[in-house]
Amino acid sequence: MTIENDVIIKVEDLKKSFGKIEVLKGINAEIKRKDVCVVVGASGSGKSTFLRCLNLLEYPTEGRILFEGVDITDPSVNINTHRQKIGMVFQQFNLFPNMTVLKNLTIAPRKLLKLSKEEAEEKAFSLLKRVGLEDRASAYPSQLSGGMKQRIAIVRALCMNPDVMLFDEPTSALDPEMVGEVLAVMKELAHSGMTMVVVTHEMGFAREVGTNVIFIDGGRIAEEAPPEQFFNDPKNPRLKEFLSKVL
Amino acid sequence: MTEWFDRFGKDFHNIFIEKDRWKWLVDGLFNTLKITFFAVLIGIVIGVVIATIRSTYDKNKESLKKKKGLPYYILKILNAISNVYLAVIRGTPVVVQLMIMYFIVFTSVGDGTVVAILSFGINSGAYVAEIFRGGIMSVDAGQFEAGRSLGFNYIQTMIYIVLPQMFKMVLPTLFNEFIVLVKETSVAGYVGIMDLTKAGDLIRGRTFSAFMPLIAVALIYLVIVLLLTYLDKRLERRLRKSDH
Ligand SMILES: Nc1ncnc2c1ncn2[C@@H]1O[C@H](COP(=O)(O)OP(=O)(O)OP(=O)(O)O)[C@@H](O)[C@H]1O
Ligand SMILES: [Mg+2]
Repeated sequence: MTIENDVIIKVEDLKKSFGKIEVLKGINAEIKRKDVCVVVGASGSGKSTFLRCLNLLEYPTEGRILFEGVDITDPSVNINTHRQKIGMVFQQFNLFPNMTVLKNLTIAPRKLLKLSKEEAEEKAFSLLKRVGLEDRASAYPSQLSGGMKQRIAIVRALCMNPDVMLFDEPTSALDPEMVGEVLAVMKELAHSGMTMVVVTHEMGFAREVGTNVIFIDGGRIAEEAPPEQFFNDPKNPRLKEFLSKVL
Repeated sequence: MTEWFDRFGKDFHNIFIEKDRWKWLVDGLFNTLKITFFAVLIGIVIGVVIATIRSTYDKNKESLKKKKGLPYYILKILNAISNVYLAVIRGTPVVVQLMIMYFIVFTSVGDGTVVAILSFGINSGAYVAEIFRGGIMSVDAGQFEAGRSLGFNYIQTMIYIVLPQMFKMVLPTLFNEFIVLVKETSVAGYVGIMDLTKAGDLIRGRTFSAFMPLIAVALIYLVIVLLLTYLDKRLERRLRKSDH
């Protein structure tokens, strides 16, 4: 396999249809180690679909997705072991409501990475501290604010030691006053060197933290550029129109 | 008034104490509880398996159909078997199922209680399966996706994430099914098992007195059902607490 070592995810001619509707019409992209790739686009343009194809929550209709050099769309590949290395954060948090925060954080490392209870909890606590929520370990999700839930959800993914983190509009379900605390965690994560793919409407985040920004339109990548160029000198007319609406 | 009490006491003595006939009721009660308990266990196991097969098929048939692999055909066959099972069990009376099992299928099994446990377990499994399926379908799809995105495979996600939430949701309906089951076992007498109902009926036959034995049997069922209801409420309260 002639994949450069620092390319974590390589997307080749990715197509995805739901029934007769072709949502993705051929996407090519490369995500390198420590990249923070921000994905923007109009509602319904297929941003979530693209992101969810990266860990095969949606199975592509055509094309290949190479994760660390392995084509994970190959049916003979065990997707579960690869998903352990791909953390995902959802718009709706999707914390397990019947488990405490600590159980939410330790169940996957214990069952999948076979960590002992002590090891898993130590890891969980050190990450909770990093997001300032170590005093909430025994709380249930229903007792937390939206911002706390999303920070916990980020920690839950981090507890698996992923190589890349996928975020699908992580702040869209939050009250405005809680957006900042979640973006701060993501920012810190980016600075620590985590590779991230982030679907978001937070253009400030894209500009400040992104290493490159992707605009999806008409089922394709209509523009891809570093944030400076993306925001200050957009080429695609649809992107110009889009930016004039959101900025 | 005292006269009435005197007569009641005497009747009671003649019917239940004489020849230790109360022990029949105890034996009958024990059989009823034994049949119900093991049938519930079998029902839950069958229910989980069938419900998992059916909801897996419903959720994945579209995506699996495209790949046309072996998993799709296995799942399709399992789903078809499940549907036949559900149709047959829910389409015929439990007494008939019990008699077929006793007089046709398991003629060589001497112990009627074992046959009854199997019959009622297999019967209950069909109803429990539908309860569980409803529960699985009502667990938010995001829970399942969160499990898969962490790296759990399908079965692990079911076992660790979905089923515990499903159990909690269906607990009241499930207890209702158990309450129905306790009472349904009263037809076990049809295949010569002395359960609680049969015991009461035997006493009625021997003493030529219907009132006391049958009312006693009814009261015992009532107490069992009330206990189950109480247990259900307590369990629900405990589980709710863990939610907040
Ligand atoms: N499971 C599905 N079945 C059928 N159609 C779907 C499914 N998921 C998405 N779609 C359709 O695909 C298109 C793209 O959806 P997607 O969720 O990827 O858009 P998006 O860019 O994330 O939009 P938003 O900003 O609203 O989240 C939409 O038209 C949507 O209706
Ligand atoms: Mg979306």
